[in-house]
Amino acid sequence: MSEISVREALRDAMAEEMRLDKNVFLMGEEVAQYQGAYKVSQGLLEEFGERRVVDTPITESGFTGIGVGASMGGLKPIVEFMTFNFAMQAIDHIINSAAKTLYMSGGLIPIPIVFRGPNGPASRVGAQHSQCFASWYAHVPGLKVVSPWSAQDAKGLLKASIRDPNPVVFLENELLYGEVFEIPETEEDIIPIGKGNIVRAGCDITVTAFSAMVPKAIQAADMVAHEGISVEIIDLRTIKPLDSDIILDSVKKTNRLLTLEEGWQSSGIGAEIAAIVVSSAFDYLDAPIERITGVDVPMPYAANLENIALPQVNTIAESICRLCHKRI
Amino acid sequence: MPQKKNKKLQPIQKQLLPADISEETLHTFYREMLLIRRFEEKAGQLYGMGKIGGFCHLYIGQEAVITGVQSSLSDGDSVITGYRCHGHMLSAGASPKEVMAELTGKVAGVSQGKGGSMHMFVRGKFYGGHGIVGAQVPLGTGLAFANKYNGNDRVTVTFFGDGAANQGQVFEAFNMAALWKLPVIYVIENNQYAMGTALSRSTAIEELYRRGAAFGIDGQRVDGMDVLEVKRVTEAAVSKCRLGEGPILLELMTYRYRGHSMSDPAKYRSKEEVHKVRDERDPIENLKKLIVDSGYKTEEDLKKEDKSIRSMISEAAEFAQMSPEPDPSALTTDIYMDDRWVDRKNV
Ligand SMILES: Cc1ncc(C[n+]2csc(CCOP(=O)(O)OP(=O)(O)O)c2C)c(N)n1
Ligand SMILES: [Mg+2]
Repeated sequence: MSEISVREALRDAMAEEMRLDKNVFLMGEEVAQYQGAYKVSQGLLEEFGERRVVDTPITESGFTGIGVGASMGGLKPIVEFMTFNFAMQAIDHIINSAAKTLYMSGGLIPIPIVFRGPNGPASRVGAQHSQCFASWYAHVPGLKVVSPWSAQDAKGLLKASIRDPNPVVFLENELLYGEVFEIPETEEDIIPIGKGNIVRAGCDITVTAFSAMVPKAIQAADMVAHEGISVEIIDLRTIKPLDSDIILDSVKKTNRLLTLEEGWQSSGIGAEIAAIVVSSAFDYLDAPIERITGVDVPMPYAANLENIALPQVNTIAESICRLCHKRI
Repeated sequence: MPQKKNKKLQPIQKQLLPADISEETLHTFYREMLLIRRFEEKAGQLYGMGKIGGFCHLYIGQEAVITGVQSSLSDGDSVITGYRCHGHMLSAGASPKEVMAELTGKVAGVSQGKGGSMHMFVRGKFYGGHGIVGAQVPLGTGLAFANKYNGNDRVTVTFFGDGAANQGQVFEAFNMAALWKLPVIYVIENNQYAMGTALSRSTAIEELYRRGAAFGIDGQRVDGMDVLEVKRVTEAAVSKCRLGEGPILLELMTYRYRGHSMSDPAKYRSKEEVHKVRDERDPIENLKKLIVDSGYKTEEDLKKEDKSIRSMISEAAEFAQMSPEPDPSALTTDIYMDDRWVDRKNV
């Protein structure tokens, strides 16, 4: 076992894949000399040189299109967005140029590429810099969408994403970069895309979460453990394709479901999961499905407002108790 | 206004052939341009018969552009453009049958009927076929990026329209191409209109070849109706690019005879304007005259040629109509490279 931060895990994943495959390269704003706006690409310029670690001008639409074109030309780009908020400038290329080309070409033109960077609410940065895009990208056929929590998952899933022959949207979280995890030293550390993970087994209620919501789910589960409630927590890890089997199997066991996400509720990931469970495990449900999400408002700046705009551990714990007919 | 039979053609500037242009080359150009024209005319007919759906953007009038450019390229070089791509496909060597079958949405189509008129590709050569105006500009720049990354001397030609020239991402791409000295040739097919918008109504400065100036990209305006001129200028640009002196910008002055797409009656310009271009600048008629005047072929020879092209196109049209549609199972293939990911539950 060794200790490693999510930031280092992501960097190691990129470095290891770049050592293995000369067609893999990183491009984005401040990724080279500055070592990444959040220092995720620390050391990469030094090891791989400016041919493979490419600082771009502030032109999301342009450099994302160039990345997709380079992929058409046989390379495997990792396109870093300083944050996914800025990827809205480039979402046309992610969807129209990357996700649809294999299909439009009748299978002729694959687009292996990773779009990665911090996603989701950050801290006190206001509405334009604080938003979760998971459900946006999960809507799109042709994309895979990954959003890890732990360092081990971040590394294993990023490696899998780089090797994947399809466009992958890899959603990180700025607030998790500094989190340190124990990581086993194994030869094969790839984690397959499309597989959720039961981070805590339980029998009374299933809670689904991803990214920064996983630690909140764990804290809430600790709180309600005192009430004798046993929570099963599923870290989705991949948003698309969603591991519906792991969710359904769990709900069939616990008969209750709470979904968590920081993104807005309307047409969100929770809505998708609820629909899957209702259509495939309706008879197993002993309580209504609940969704805890970010409130449907642009992210406010004021500390107190920001707090209540986001899912909090207390609320999660209360919801769990309510669904399990217990009072805290 | 009925088309005059004995129109007065403006003779191509150089009466004598340039030293490096053989009569054989002229002849090849003639055949290639005529193939595109007859193909497009047939596509127009099939569209009228309801055999082709949706959008269908014809290339009639602009044939000299792709024909001249393609002739300056070598194996390994790549081309990318927007939705007006039938001519580029044929020029890249795709068979008229398969292109036509794509237009009719058949499984024998180059994209197996899943792309349509706007989305066709020839792997390793032609990279589409893109429906978002301007998006192909960064994409083509990316193809050039890949060539530079790989250290080869291949060149990418990125085509776009006078309308597309106003998209922001075009300038983003110009900047990076110049910054990184990418081997890309930008070819603006200036056909004077973006749908119904004449250049003068959309563009503050109409000399589009100057658009790269802010980035230090050399630009040149070329008669895009003269296939020999197109070839001459593009060849020079390609050699420069291969030596690492890219990017380069060429503005090819051309004209589309038909509406923007099949649904456009083109009310925004006069019939006289169209006829004048047809009569005076038609790339195929002018080349024909040059060939006949040179004595290499007689008018009769060329007529025969036309006939054989027409019959080849008729066969393609026949093929495109008779071929089967894709199997319904094709709906959910080619979404991912590994199709086991595809959710077929809601199919
Ligand atoms: C981003 C975007 N906006 C609008 C359209 C609709 N549209 C399709 S073609 C076109 C005109 C483009 O004209 P130009 O670039 O001159 O090319 P041409 O059609 O003349 O070849 C427009 C507005 C589109 N496809 N994409
Ligand atoms: Mg135009």
